[in-house]
Amino acid sequence: MSALLADPGALARRREALLEARGPGRRVAAVCVGTGCRANGAVAVYEALRAEVEERGADREVEARPRANEIEAHVTGCQGFCEGGPLILLSPEGVVYHDVRVEDVSEIVERTLLGGKVVERLLCVDPATDVHCRGEEEVPFYRHQRRLLLRDNGRLDPASIDDYIALGGYSALVRALEMGPEAVLEEVKRSGLRGRGGAGFPTGRKWEACRHAEGDLKYVVCNADEGDPGAFMDDALLEGDPHLVLEGMIIGALAIGAHEGHVYVRQEYPVAVDRITRAIEQAREVGLLGEAILGSELSFDVEVSRGGGAFVCGEASAMMASLEGRRGVPRRRLIHLSERGLWGRPTNLNNVETWANVPQIVSKGADWYASIGTEGSTGTKIFSLVGKVENTGLVEVPMGTTLREIVFEIGGGIPGGKAFKAVQTGGPSGGCLPAEKLDTPVDFDTLTAEGSMMGSGGMIVMDEDTCMVDVARYFLRFLASESCGNCTSCREGLARLHGLLGDIVEGRGTRATIALIEELADTVQATSLCALGTSAVNPVLSTLHHFRGEYLAHVDERRCPAGVCKALVTYTIDLELCNGCHLCALRCPQEAISGERKQTHVIDQELCIKCGICRDVCRYDAVLVR
Amino acid sequence: MSDPSADDVRRVAAVLARYPQGDAGSLVNALHDVQGELRWLPEDALRMVARHLGLSRAQVYGVASFYHGFHLEPRGEHTCTVCMGTACHVRGAPRLLETLEREADVAAGGTTLDLALTVEEVNCVGACAIGPLVILDDEYHGHMTADHLSRLVGPLLEREEPE
Repeated sequence: MSALLADPGALARRREALLEARGPGRRVAAVCVGTGCRANGAVAVYEALRAEVEERGADREVEARPRANEIEAHVTGCQGFCEGGPLILLSPEGVVYHDVRVEDVSEIVERTLLGGKVVERLLCVDPATDVHCRGEEEVPFYRHQRRLLLRDNGRLDPASIDDYIALGGYSALVRALEMGPEAVLEEVKRSGLRGRGGAGFPTGRKWEACRHAEGDLKYVVCNADEGDPGAFMDDALLEGDPHLVLEGMIIGALAIGAHEGHVYVRQEYPVAVDRITRAIEQAREVGLLGEAILGSELSFDVEVSRGGGAFVCGEASAMMASLEGRRGVPRRRLIHLSERGLWGRPTNLNNVETWANVPQIVSKGADWYASIGTEGSTGTKIFSLVGKVENTGLVEVPMGTTLREIVFEIGGGIPGGKAFKAVQTGGPSGGCLPAEKLDTPVDFDTLTAEGSMMGSGGMIVMDEDTCMVDVARYFLRFLASESCGNCTSCREGLARLHGLLGDIVEGRGTRATIALIEELADTVQATSLCALGTSAVNPVLSTLHHFRGEYLAHVDERRCPAGVCKALVTYTIDLELCNGCHLCALRCPQEAISGERKQTHVIDQELCIKCGICRDVCRYDAVLVR
Repeated sequence: MSDPSADDVRRVAAVLARYPQGDAGSLVNALHDVQGELRWLPEDALRMVARHLGLSRAQVYGVASFYHGFHLEPRGEHTCTVCMGTACHVRGAPRLLETLEREADVAAGGTTLDLALTVEEVNCVGACAIGPLVILDDEYHGHMTADHLSRLVGPLLEREEPE
């Protein structure tokens, strides 16, 4: 049980006591258990490490200065470099180990934690120079980033409020309480912070409208319904640094005059639900939530609500409906949510990443914040860099960084020597940008001008093996199934568009199909109510604009240049490359492959269902898809 | 709909006791918790939820059928979910789903007749960096291939493995 923090002085004393107890000689191994690392076996690595640390740490206790040599292991949220997982960050040296296995644990404890030496083979290697990189400042993936929001993700145990406090957590709240609501609001306005959920609306102005709205009871809501497929920035923040988001919300409540908050989290993020729920309980326990926070007049509490797996609930009015326990159907917003939102009361809704930006704006000031990024888009932005790129993971860069820097310098380019084809930004409402647009600076206004959008920060890289018609059809399938069904144009229009794209990928399309797609896309865009419908056609229109040749290959030549569209490709075996290992024939579910061992094999086209298993198992790249 | 067992009724009642009677705003969370107990939402459970929260059965059914996260049919002993997020898609997720549907002989969203396996797709679980991803009973499997997947679920389907 933690002692109540009755005033700012108590918080400061708590921090001092923590720093004192933790001592400067303490060595910490922080194991990333973000979703990616967990899937790569990070939990087993952590458990082995903790057991070893407990055993070896206990040996040390007998020495004269136990605390000076203290060693510790704890888990962290996503450290970003998912491709290299499981990751371990070692403090205070700041060394990063990647691809750590259980077998490496003894050596890490012996050599690094106790001995202060580096295990060379666990370091990342810079492919350009072959140099072993020690710390984050050397690893190419981290070197070109500016990690302001994600910095502490690798340093703190998300289940520990003490870790957050020791790193200076909740000191921005103390500063905000000293400044008072008006000054905090002014600071956020001056910072130029814009909503990170996608629309990019100025946060300060949103807050101001809600602050000045009539009504005693107001709500602040955190939108953690990160629905864009291919995006996990908000998940990483909630899992890795939940108190940062919470502190932002408390400061927002102060500025707006709200007493109640909600965090609306996707049910697909069970760990995030768990971490933010625990963070709220801890904050309540020490009096950072509840009545008279830190002895001030501020009273504020937060509840967690789980989404039901509906993309449309990311739309503000649909989310309010869902929070009220109803179907998440958007409504016309003739009156702003800042005046009449949740339960008909003034409500301020911001996305997770927006809330996470607030504490640093208050503690370091609007001028500092506005000096980062571009004039129209200040601060940093987190992107989930995924798809056909060498270094997948979470990337935080100043606004205005070019796509090329993100994909090639941080991302390390395309794997397997393949050619870059496109990068998709903005989620299902966004667009695909081709190689000619790689020097586009990434900020709200430039991306929109280029026919895509910032969205929440998903960045999916596509290479020559990605079919752009198939990608457009993918997004339409997604949106058609996620349409709430309220507007006919969206409900029926998207289903028809999906069908028309189906005609093209299945070899039934003609140029007239393309013309019909363009006409129907215009109609859906013009006649749908919410952003899901009006922007649903962006992926189709942007791929038609930039990759029309691929569409034409499908309709004119009945050919899929990327070899993706099943109806237009055939699987064959290269007689030169096949060495007759017979593995494909064994694994083929259709028994469509014949051939004697050590002889070349043949695929029976009548039986082949193009499942691709033969290509998966062939070690000689002998299975051709054309 | 078969009669609910007394035990099921008791478990649902225990879940609902955590929510104030007539608190319509709790509907989505209450459905999550009931489903957490029973793994799906039988009609009788929906009726109990409606009565407890003071809603009509139509309102409760409307919400339960609106959200993808709620299951209105019994679930298999195991669940295999293919992530269909964009990052997984460009790395071949559709082929994984086809493989799974073929192996289990059931379409996504369905359950095998012997209630051994439920096949699901999900929009994105945020593990994009290690896609394509398959989740088998809460365990995440990254960098999946069709071949690996068929071997992963094969034993659950009690089929003869080609060797």
